[in-house]
Amino acid sequence: MKKIEAIIKPFKLDEIKEALQRLDVKGMTISEVKGFGRQKGHTEIYRGAEYVVDFIPKVKLELVLDDSQVPPVLKALQESARTGKIGDGKIFVLPVEEVVRIRTGETGSAAI
Amino acid sequence: MDAINTGDTAFILVSAALVMFMTPGLALFYGGMVRSKNVLGTIMHSFFILGLVTVEWVLWGYSNAFGPDLGGIIGSLDWFGLSGVGTTPFKDYAATIPHQTFMIFQMMFAVITPALITGTFAERIKFSTFVIFTLLWCTLVYNPVAHWVWGIGGWIRNLGALDFAGGTVVHINSGIAALAAALVIGKRKGYGHEPFHPHNLPMTIMGAAILWFGWFGFNAGSALAANGLAASAFTATHIAAAAATLSWVCTEWMYRGKPTTLGAASGCVAGLVAITPAAGFVGPISALIIGLAAGVLCYFAIFLKHKMGYDDALDVVGVHGVGGTFGALATGLFASKAVNEAGNNGLFFGNPALFGTQLIAVLVTLVYSFVVTIIILKVLDWTMGLRVEHEDEEAGLDLSQHSEVGYNL
Repeated sequence: MKKIEAIIKPFKLDEIKEALQRLDVKGMTISEVKGFGRQKGHTEIYRGAEYVVDFIPKVKLELVLDDSQVPPVLKALQESARTGKIGDGKIFVLPVEEVVRIRTGETGSAAI
Repeated sequence: MDAINTGDTAFILVSAALVMFMTPGLALFYGGMVRSKNVLGTIMHSFFILGLVTVEWVLWGYSNAFGPDLGGIIGSLDWFGLSGVGTTPFKDYAATIPHQTFMIFQMMFAVITPALITGTFAERIKFSTFVIFTLLWCTLVYNPVAHWVWGIGGWIRNLGALDFAGGTVVHINSGIAALAAALVIGKRKGYGHEPFHPHNLPMTIMGAAILWFGWFGFNAGSALAANGLAASAFTATHIAAAAATLSWVCTEWMYRGKPTTLGAASGCVAGLVAITPAAGFVGPISALIIGLAAGVLCYFAIFLKHKMGYDDALDVVGVHGVGGTFGALATGLFASKAVNEAGNNGLFFGNPALFGTQLIAVLVTLVYSFVVTIIILKVLDWTMGLRVEHEDEEAGLDLSQHSEVGYNL
């Protein structure tokens, strides 16, 4: 089992959700986060004074998958999140040791 | 005795109401530009002044500014408590409207002038000190300067200087007082290394729009009658504001790459300030030129504070001080008797002397207001203290001065 964490551009979220649902992904968690990568922040100008804003709004998407689902999901994520411009984000893949479904007590792949 | 003209009276009463609305408009204009923890404190400065200066004006302000002259310097206290300021016209000021109508119209100018200054010390002044400062400033600076420029017997008025609606009395006066205040009070905590973002620019733009709207009363009402001159002043006012909006936005667009809404709001105010002294003396094309120039000039003027290192929080010096000074001098260039027989011709209409007279009026106001404001502030600093404690500044004036917060979101 793997956990996928993706930092994406907020306006891409709907497109990504639809792409993942087509791949039969059962669930995901999203959070509104702020940060910066190579694109850095943006500049705001008030009456001629420039302010550099370092942290810009992003969405973090988290999902846990069976190993077999990982390659197609990575591909779909990359395709649907991509604009080709700087700041498109990153995808991290992490190992997952155990999953428990709280309602039934099921574990492992059955609980995903 | 001249008869009261109902049209004139109606127009000036409405104009007074329009000018009154400018002060809460200013409160929104300024309130949006500060951080959210200071929004109420900033709005309160302007709103409280509506109460404070009204009472001051009734008791001694009007008499000191417009009452019977004492040596060209100040009005006497003969009209204390508006004694004798009744419903019959006082024809030396305005022959066709009740004296009280003239008084209440002038009151609104007296109210907004100290409110303009509050933009400079926003986010750090103690409320109690602000109240005493405002009373002292009105008494020692506004009332005398208003008397010199507008009062019967006032020495600047007798020189022949022109100030149609308060470029010198209102804008230069408050703008230079703001510079003095910024220098004496010092910078906000964190100034220069923490960003101070305006917390609500829509509020600022709404405030700027209310100012623009109210300014028609300010300038057209200064004709003191519903006549051709009022129409001409109204027209010049609107043209200058529109032109300065364009020129400020285009300047920053070229200079910084983006046209900003705060620039549009600031530009219209700069144009309104600059046309104020000239409104009743110049034609439409002159108003257009004054407005275009004011937008560019005031845009670059706001960089002065970065260069010179003082913290004029909301740019009162750059917009009102520089805009008002430019407008008063431009009056000496563009004034034309073809527009207003009671005025004079400026440099471009064959009378260079007027420019000299305007220059004297400007310099005297700059020096007098600057020096007296510094003295008032120094005395208050030694006695009451000017600034809130560091901890209170950090918490914001809303909580520390008023025990309230602007937003519960």
